[in-house]
This record gives sequence, structure tokens and C-alpha cells, in this order.
Amino acid sequence: MQHKTLAELSAGLDSGDYTSEELTTACLERIERLNGPLNCFITVTAEEALAAARAADARRQSGKAGPLTGIPYAHKDIFCTRGVRTSCASRMLDNFISPYDATVTQRLAAAGAVMLGKTNMDEFAMGSSNETSYYGPVRNPWNQDTVPGGSSGGSAAAVAARLVPASTGTDTGGSIRQPASLCGVTGLKPTYGRVSRYGMIAFASSLDQGGPITRTAEDAALLLEAMAGFDERDSTSVDQPVEDYRAGLGNSLKGMKIGLPAEYFDGAVDSGVGDAVEQALEEFRRLGAETVDIRLPHTYLSVPTYYVVAPAECSSNLSRFDGVRFGHRCQDPQDLEDMYKRSRGEGFGAEVKRRIMIGTYALSAGYYDAYYLKAQQARHLIRDDFRQAFEAVDVIMGPTTPTPAFRLGEKVDDPVTMYLSDVYTIAVNLAGLPGLSVPAGFVDGLPVGLHVIGNYFDEARLLNVAHQYQQVSDWHTRVPEGFE
Amino acid sequence: MELDDAEVKKIAHLARLGIDPADIPEYVRNLTDILSFVEQLNKVDTAGVPPLAHPLDASQRLRADVVTETDQRAEFQSGAPLVEDGLYLVPKVIE
Repeated sequence: MQHKTLAELSAGLDSGDYTSEELTTACLERIERLNGPLNCFITVTAEEALAAARAADARRQSGKAGPLTGIPYAHKDIFCTRGVRTSCASRMLDNFISPYDATVTQRLAAAGAVMLGKTNMDEFAMGSSNETSYYGPVRNPWNQDTVPGGSSGGSAAAVAARLVPASTGTDTGGSIRQPASLCGVTGLKPTYGRVSRYGMIAFASSLDQGGPITRTAEDAALLLEAMAGFDERDSTSVDQPVEDYRAGLGNSLKGMKIGLPAEYFDGAVDSGVGDAVEQALEEFRRLGAETVDIRLPHTYLSVPTYYVVAPAECSSNLSRFDGVRFGHRCQDPQDLEDMYKRSRGEGFGAEVKRRIMIGTYALSAGYYDAYYLKAQQARHLIRDDFRQAFEAVDVIMGPTTPTPAFRLGEKVDDPVTMYLSDVYTIAVNLAGLPGLSVPAGFVDGLPVGLHVIGNYFDEARLLNVAHQYQQVSDWHTRVPEGFE
Repeated sequence: MELDDAEVKKIAHLARLGIDPADIPEYVRNLTDILSFVEQLNKVDTAGVPPLAHPLDASQRLRADVVTETDQRAEFQSGAPLVEDGLYLVPKVIE
């Protein structure tokens, strides 16, 4: 059962080949047996999952099932789940039982999906390797000496190891697409405002966006349909109807224009990754698409812009963790200031502290114009590069990451080098565009991802492009050794 | 951009972050690296470019000023470190 896609499992439940309770039990057994060294999960909610599975089976019997009814999934531990610990992989929230559900949690529950547990991630989604988690790193199932990427590393590794058919992620600078690429799975970051941020613990609010991580584009379409939609409780949610993302999956790519930015094919790309991407592009040409050379001249500003905007918003968002209303409080505080400082000092890990300090500095008196204002202006230039490009092309392609998965510990002491592993994904968040990573080959046994960027609200086209590619390639069907 | 120990301590204080004095040299090094990296922004002339706050140029929605939430104080406070009679307790602020 573990090798079936979400769409196949949905059909199997429909035709009565198995019940959700059987499917859920099989997933829980697989997690029990194989998750140990991978460390994909912070919390497994076996009892709740079995109860939800039985409810889904009853719903299916009464003829009220949708495509996700009874489908097990893993939920990134950044989404609030009522009655279940929501830790954001931080000591700060190690004891936090959420009193409410995130909108995404609610929507998936309403669709009848069965949550198996909460996945490991970088602390407060700050990281590109899953090594900043309070609960220890996640290992990449393709090679356990390497990282799964981050911050949604547990979600991507769990799908790659076939522990779950699908999972949720969030993406602030590449946190869905980069781990999807490094783990050989499909991950989609929707347009900013497409998926509600309510109850999704905030990191950088003008960039954060939730999305699906699955094996196939078709599965991502199914999951996104349930996750997306207008939400009054998110002030930046966009009031626009959700499309039927599956309807256009079969569309021909004939005549489609693919933009190839010179800036994404420079010397920074590993040669093996570059070759895999070139072969994928050749496949798209065979499918009738046309490739066009384009320029995104402000690409070089993306990572520096991000490392002002994201820390600034993070320092503001994380000021709520003060040891007063929820989360960690230090022992025997001397006075209020001592309580704030020690609770936050003990509750946050090193990378979170670094980013809070960078943001505090960038926003402090005398530096605001030089850093935050300047970065917001640069962000305008980056956005306009894409606007101009999309006047001439339908999608933009390149590598998702410059290299395949790197070794655990390799970049942990050098934050700037770590930040550069998100060089191709970050601009998409700054511009608010949708982006997807689809498996496109291997280098030395490690997966390579192809990055597909679309125009605003063009998720259906991205899924169509990835689905057509998956009809003529089999990278997404490969299984890491030991997880067959 | 070169930070020193005193600046790192000041930033940590502004952020109300307790940091171990032994870690200060590492913060000085890391934060200096990050700020130097960010200085690439100065390579571009942004005179007259408006700052971008929202990629879709959207502005905040307004809603009617009516109560929409129910009283869930007891549940919300059940996870608080210290409460009494519905109030959050903190160390004494005024003598």
C-alpha cells in the first residue's frame, strides 16, 4: 500500500479494496518500524488517527466522501492542532498544547483527511537543513549522512521514505521546494495569499505560505484543493475562488513558452545538477514547449534582501514569546526583565536568536532606512523583474537548489553559506509567486529537483507542467534503498 | 559592517534575549558576516523606487467592528505558566 499515490489510495478506498482504518494502521506500523533513524516526526498521534480513520470509513459508507476522506497525511508541526502539541520544533513551545486549529488543519479535517502526526522541521522554520530543530536533525532517506533540506525536512523525508502518502509544508524562502528537491518529491508553494496563514505559526508574515508535499503533481493538486481558499481570519488571504487543479493536468504543453533566466544557469550550479536540469528541459521541448532565454537582472539581490526582510519580520513576530501567556518560562525569575530574557534565551536555539538579533538591529533607530527600507525597495525591483518576464513567457524554469543534499554538519557553523542554498527559491517568496519543485534526476544517488515558477495564481499551470513531465519520466517513482 | 561585543550586548538587550557571555564572540562573528553579506544591497541604486510591502499591492481588508469570538479565556489560560483568578501572573513590577 505504501507505494500507491494519494490518488490511487483514494480510488482504492472508493472501490472498497481497503478501509481507511486498515490504511492508517499500515502507515502507523511503517512509521513505527522505519522512522527511528530518520526522525521525521516530533509527535505521532496514533489514537486520534485511528479514530479519525473510523469516522472517515463511516462517512464513506454514508456516501459523503470526498477524494481526501480517509487519506492519511503528516502535518508540519508549525500548524496549530487543537489538543495536540504544536512545538514549531522549539524548546519554547515544547509544552504548548494548541487551544485551536489552524485553518489548514480545519480544512483538511473537514475533507476527512487523517492526520498521523506532526513532522519535524527547523526551529520556527528557520533553516535549510533541519539541523536547527530542538528535537534533533532529520536524515535524508536517500543517504542518511545527508540533510533532507529544510525547513519542512520531516515532511519531505516522510513522503520520500513512503511513511505517508502526503504531507503539509510551509515555505518562507524555499522551505517546501528545497527539501522536496533534496528528498526527490514534489512540493508546491502557492501564490502568497492562496492558503490561509491563520494558525500557522508566523515567521516572516509577508513571505510565509503553506502548501502540499507529495510524490506526484496529481496528488499535490488534490491536497492543494483542500488546503486553499479565502479565510476571513487571515488579513492577507486573497478572496478568489479555488480552481479545480486536476481539471487541466492533461493539457498539452505544445506551444508553451518556458523562460530560462541566465542568472539561474551560472557557475554556481553543480555540474551534475545542471546536466539533469538540461535533460529535463530537453524532455519539455519534446513535449512541444519552447525555451526562451530571459534575464532576471536583480536576482543577485534576492538573498541579501531576504536576510533583512525575513529577520526583521521574525524579530517582530517572535516578540510574542515572552513567557507570560504560553510557552517556556524560566525558573525563579528575579524581575520582569530577567523573566523575559532568560525565558527567551533558554527557549530559543542559536539560529533563531541570530535572526531575532539581525532583525532587531535592522529595525533599530538609525538603521531602519539603511536596511529595512532599502530591502523593501530592492524587493520591488525583484518583483518587477518577474512581472516583465511573464509578459513574454508562461513559466520560468531552473534548478531548485545549486547542489544535491549536503552532509549533516557541513554548513551548520557558517550561516551565510547555509543561506545561499536557497538562492533560487527566495526570489519567488519576495515576489509572492507560486513555485514548484519536481524530481528530475539523480547525482551520485541523490535527487535533483527542477524548479518551475509561475505567474500569480497560476498553480493549475504549474501542476499541469509537472504532471505532463511525470507522464514521461519516472524519477518520482524511485524509492530509496531500505524503504522499498 | 563590523560589530563589537558592546553592540551585540545592546542588540540582545533590545530583543530581551538572554545570551551566554561565552557565546558573544561567536555572535559577533556570525552577525558581522551576515550584515557584511547584506551590504550587497548597497550596489543597487534605489532612489525613487517605492518600498514593496505586499507583492500583489493589496491593502488590509476592513471588517465591521463587532464581536465574533466567544469567551475562551479558561481554555487559553490552561497552558499559561502562571495564572490566578483569570489573570496572568508575572514578577512584581511596581513596589
